[in-house]
Amino acid sequence: MVLTVIQSLCFILFVGGCGYIAFRGFRNVYLNIMLGRSADYTDHPGERWKTMLMVALGQKKMFKRPVAAMLHLVIYVSFVITQVELIEIFIDGVFGTHRIIFHAWEHILVLRGLYVFAINLIEVLSVLTFIVTVAFLYRRDMLKLPRFNKPEMKGWPNMDAHIILFLEMFLITNIFIMNSFDMAAAHGEYGFWISGMIAHNWEGLNEGLIEVFEKIGWWGHLAGVFGFLMYLAHSKHLHILLAFPNTYFSRLTPKGYINNMPEVTREVKLMLDPNAQVEPAASDAPAKFGAKDIFDLTWKNLLDAYTCTECGRCTAQCPANMTGKLLSPRKIMMDTRDRMEEVREKMDANKGVWVDDGKNLIENGYISVEELRACTTCNACVEECPVNISPLDIIMQLRRSLIMEDSNSPNEWNGMFANLENNGAPWQFSPQDRLNWEKA
Amino acid sequence: MDIKVPTMAEMAANGQKPDVLFWVGCSGSFDQRAQRITRAFVKILNHLNIKYAVLGTEESCTGDPAKRAGNEFVYQMLAMQNIEVMNNYGVQEIVTTCPHCFNILKNEYPALGGKYRVRHHAQYLQELIDQGKIKLTDATSFKGKRITYHDSCYLGRANEIYEAPRKVLELLDAELVEMKSCKTKGLCCGAGGAQMFKEEEHGKLRINEARTLEALEVQPDIVASACPFCNTMLTDGVKGKDMQVSVKVFDIAELIAQGQGLDGF
Ligand code: SF4
Ligand code: SF4
Repeated sequence: MVLTVIQSLCFILFVGGCGYIAFRGFRNVYLNIMLGRSADYTDHPGERWKTMLMVALGQKKMFKRPVAAMLHLVIYVSFVITQVELIEIFIDGVFGTHRIIFHAWEHILVLRGLYVFAINLIEVLSVLTFIVTVAFLYRRDMLKLPRFNKPEMKGWPNMDAHIILFLEMFLITNIFIMNSFDMAAAHGEYGFWISGMIAHNWEGLNEGLIEVFEKIGWWGHLAGVFGFLMYLAHSKHLHILLAFPNTYFSRLTPKGYINNMPEVTREVKLMLDPNAQVEPAASDAPAKFGAKDIFDLTWKNLLDAYTCTECGRCTAQCPANMTGKLLSPRKIMMDTRDRMEEVREKMDANKGVWVDDGKNLIENGYISVEELRACTTCNACVEECPVNISPLDIIMQLRRSLIMEDSNSPNEWNGMFANLENNGAPWQFSPQDRLNWEKA
Repeated sequence: MDIKVPTMAEMAANGQKPDVLFWVGCSGSFDQRAQRITRAFVKILNHLNIKYAVLGTEESCTGDPAKRAGNEFVYQMLAMQNIEVMNNYGVQEIVTTCPHCFNILKNEYPALGGKYRVRHHAQYLQELIDQGKIKLTDATSFKGKRITYHDSCYLGRANEIYEAPRKVLELLDAELVEMKSCKTKGLCCGAGGAQMFKEEEHGKLRINEARTLEALEVQPDIVASACPFCNTMLTDGVKGKDMQVSVKVFDIAELIAQGQGLDGF
C-alpha cells in the first residue's frame, strides 16, 4: 500500500515536473511568435478548416513523393494510435493500478477485445515504425540524400534529426520491454501477439525480475514520452503540433500575389497629389519599409519558421539552390527561428524586456544579402512545402528593407528603377516608341 | 509589313470602346524577339475581327520588376498611373501576353483600385478555340514535330494555369512531350523576381542553362513558352548549347498564328 502511494507520488511529481518544463518551452514558442507584426488570416474559415484537414491531417502534399509519404505515414499513424496506451499509463500511474483498462473491462468482452486489438495494432505499427526509423537513418546517413546534407544541416540540425529518430527507437523498445514482460508475468493473459512472442524468451526468469523489467519498460516509455514533449519546443519536430495551426492559417491568395504595402500607398498618393485624402498611418512611429528583423515580420512568418521540419523539399526544388547559388529557402526558415531563439534568450536574461542588441536577421550570421538577391520568386518552395510555409514571403519583406531602407541594390537594379521612373519601362526606351512594334 | 493596331485614345476619340484591352507589356513592346510575339497575337486578333485596342504610348510598365526587387515605391507609382489611365477609359477586360503583367494586374492592382477581368493569352486563345473561332489552315506543318511546353512560374504555380497553354498546343497536329519537371514542379527559367535585370549570383550554372538542358533532354523540335521573358531565357539557353538550328523557341501565339497561315510577324 505504502509502496503504491510512493509510486503514485513519484509519478505525479515526474509528470508535473516534466510537464512544467515542456509548458515553459511551448510558452516561449508562443511568446516568440507573438513578437511578429499583426496580420489577418481568419477570413474564409470553411476553406481554412478544409485546408487543415487535407494538408495537415490528410498529408496531401506529402504524397508528391509517394515513398517518403508512406514511410512518414507509418510513423504518423503509429504516433497517434500509441496515445491510447499512454492514457492507460497515465491512469495506472496516478492510481497505482495495473493495466486498468484491461481489468476494468473484465466482463465487457467486446470492449476488452477492442482494447487488446488496439494494443496489438500499436505493436504492429511500432514494429513498422522501427523499420521506418532505420530506413530514415539509412536514407540520411548512408544514402546521403542531398536534401538532408546541405550546408545549413551541419551540426545541430543534423543532431536534432538523429535525436528524434533515436528517441523514436527508444520509445518503441520500451513499449516492447513493458508489454513482453507483462505478458510473461501474466502468463499470456493479455493476448498481445508480438510481445507474446518476445515473452517466450523470458520464460524461466525469476518472477520478481520479470516484474522489475516490466517497470523499467513502463518508466522508460514514460520517460521517453516526456523527454520527447520537453524536447519538442527546441526541435524541428515541433511540426507535429504546429502543422495544424500553420495550415489553418494558410495563405489563401494565389501564390503569385504579393501584398501591396499600405504605408507606401499613403506616401505615393501624397506624392502624386499633396491634397489627396489618405488614411492616417496606423501609428505615429515613422513608417518602416520591409523587414530587417523578426519583429518586422508577421506572426505568420514566425509561425512558419517554428513549423518548418527542415525536410528540405523547398530547397531541393529551388532553381537558385539547384544551380549552386547560396540561397536555400529552408535556411531562410531556420535562420528566422534561430534569431527568435536568440532574441528570447536575451529577453529572458533581461527580465522579459527587449533591448536592441544591434543585430538583426540580415547578415549577422543569419540571412545574407547574396541569398536574398538570388531568389526568382518562382514559388517552387511554397508549392513544395508539405505544411504550407512560404519562405518567399520572408525573402520579399527582407528584400524590401534592403532596397527601401538601406538603398542596398545592385547597380543594374538602380538603373532599372531609374528607367522605370523616367520612361516607364525597365530599359532605356522612350515611351514614345512603345508602339514601334507595329512596324515590322 | 506594318500592322494597324487601334489605340484606346483613337477609339475614344471616335466614341468607341473595345471589347478588350490588349496589354502589351514592356518586353512585348521593346524587346525585338518579344515584338514578334506581340505581332503574332495581334494578327490573330485582327484575323478574328476582335474589337480590341492597346494603350500604346499611354501604357507604362506594370511595376512588376520594381515590386519584386523590393521597390514598392516605384511599383505603386507606376500602378497608380496605369490604373488612372485605364479607369479613365472605363477598361473592364484585359488580355496580355505576359504572365508577369497578368499576375500583377489580376492579383495586385485590385487593392489599388484597378479592378478588371484579366486573362492571359493562353486562356484567351483557349476560349477562342473552345468557341470554334480558331481554325488552323496549316496545322499539318507541325505534323511529326515534337513540342515541349515550358511552364512559366507566374502562369503555373503563381496562378495555377497549367492546362490552358497545353490545350492551345493540342490544336497543332504535333507530338507534345513533357519535360522532367513540369506543371507544379516546373523549373524556373531564371528571369522572374527582377533577375532579368541583373547578373545572376555566383553559382555552378545559370538557371536558364539548367532549364534548357531539361528541355533538350526530351529532344524537341520546338520549345513552346507563353512568356516573353521565358522565351528570351530559353532562346539564349538553346543558343548557348549551339542547338538553335534544330531547336526553335516559340510562343504559343506564334505557333497558332503560323498554324493559321498568318505569316510575317
Ligand atoms: S521562390 Fe525563391 S527561394 Fe523559393 S524556390 Fe523560387 S527562387 Fe528559391
Ligand atoms: S519550409 Fe517546408 S519544405 Fe522547406 S524545409 Fe521547411 S517544412 Fe520542409
